[in-house]
Amino acid sequence: MQRYSGFGLAKHALSHHENWQRQWRNPTPKKKYDVIVVGGGGHGLATAYYLAKNHGITNVAVLEKGWLGGGNTARNTTIVRSNYLWDEAARLYDHSLDLWKGLSQDLNYNVMFSQRGVMNLGHTLQDMRDIQRRVHANRLNGVDSEVITPDQIKEIVPVIDTSKRARYPILGASWQKSAGVARHDAVAWGYARAADALGVDILQNTEVTGFKIRDGQVYGVHTNRGDIESKTIGCVTAGNSGVVAKMAGLTLPLESHPLQALVSEPLKPVLDTVVMSNHVHGYISQSDKGDLVIGAGINGYLGYGQRGSYTTVEHTLQAIVEMFPIFSRVRMNRQWGGIVDTCADACPILSKTKVKGLFFNCGWGTGGFKATPGSGHVFAASLAKGEMHPIAAPFSIDRFNTGALIDEHGAAGVAH
Amino acid sequence: MFYIHCPYCDEYRDEEEFHPKGQAHIARPEDPESCTDDQWGAYLFFRDNPRGIHHELWVHAIGCRKFFNITRNSASYEILETYRMGEQPRFSAEHPEGKSVETVAAEKVAAEAGMVAGQEGVKA
Repeated sequence: MQRYSGFGLAKHALSHHENWQRQWRNPTPKKKYDVIVVGGGGHGLATAYYLAKNHGITNVAVLEKGWLGGGNTARNTTIVRSNYLWDEAARLYDHSLDLWKGLSQDLNYNVMFSQRGVMNLGHTLQDMRDIQRRVHANRLNGVDSEVITPDQIKEIVPVIDTSKRARYPILGASWQKSAGVARHDAVAWGYARAADALGVDILQNTEVTGFKIRDGQVYGVHTNRGDIESKTIGCVTAGNSGVVAKMAGLTLPLESHPLQALVSEPLKPVLDTVVMSNHVHGYISQSDKGDLVIGAGINGYLGYGQRGSYTTVEHTLQAIVEMFPIFSRVRMNRQWGGIVDTCADACPILSKTKVKGLFFNCGWGTGGFKATPGSGHVFAASLAKGEMHPIAAPFSIDRFNTGALIDEHGAAGVAH
Repeated sequence: MFYIHCPYCDEYRDEEEFHPKGQAHIARPEDPESCTDDQWGAYLFFRDNPRGIHHELWVHAIGCRKFFNITRNSASYEILETYRMGEQPRFSAEHPEGKSVETVAAEKVAAEAGMVAGQEGVKA
């Protein structure tokens, strides 16, 4: 792998940037791998990368039915934070945040991780009580978090309306200074390039159509490019996890919903942090390119269409304009949807299944992007050892039968 | 954006008037106390989540406030039918073209006859 550096950039400028190496190979599938990762999004690629880097397992294939990072990795609003209420979730997301901090250096790829802070607004007294509870829980778990007043909010974000004349006046917020945003595509590409360099085969346009299972043990997959064998298979297929699980005869406690986002026309820098509001339901940041990146809520119905309804977009923009009257005449440029696989307790599933050797990493719902490095890291450790990593263990699928749910619904900061 | 036919109001109305309530035809276990953890977990949390034809429960929240069912394709979003509570769908993954009204009616009669015949003390 050609390493990227300032010197390399200058060197390639001399040949008009025409001789850059391809970022990853396009190999033909082998007959057999030590581990197969189904799904070439951020989480799947991160899993493959950490398998090769931390566990020395380089005979790995990533099977992707479309192109890399073309699903939710490319469709989210790129927010990275870890201010979750419950110990298990805080550990998982904070582990991820730690990995984010050194990710660009680790991958030799600029993922543009920018710790510009995230605030979760409170608009009612109950909101503020919940925020205080969550901030206290965060601090006990070593997650940086504080409660700030409307005056402090106004100081950080001058364009926000903190006056009392709003329909839902802003009473305060939780503020995680170490949170921020990252460049979503670069995360997928960076992991793919680094994994490929370590010998992982990244197979695009390779769709899994079935599993080979004998005596309760998985030993391969059927794909549109022939059968591929492996006794350890990790499925990281986000919104399509239910469909993939069905091929193995499993049912998951998931429902797939469309979640929408939109971006505006590019503006001069006006918002240098991330603002989220649970109560009026909208969240917003400004990309380095200048567009406002706005997240909407999920549609309540089941859907695989990668699109949502206009009413959801309208409700979100009402919330944004309520908080930022200055944006009322900004024109929106593009709108899209991703398919999020949501669990009843708004926490992911990192788990073994009834089929030996078949693991699932899914159920990230509306908040998977922030967890990309951590999810890949602990899932790779679980696939390598055959036992769930201690951080992943509480997220077993068994919790839906034992009742040990990790209820992050109210605590996630945004009520999807 | 859906334009949904409410089978009680017998009118097409905007999606805004309705709320989706998840998978339809989930029967509450007869005796919850005797369920195993697996059975109770399956009833509460595990769902079909198909990519394709799906039966779902909706409520006409700011209309007649009644619950009813929709058969809808979760990939194309096409609504195939709406039907009242207690009725059976014409369209399903096994019958994407839809069973005829007569077949559905005949099945209903047969099912009711079966329930009567199944009762104690009834001779076939």
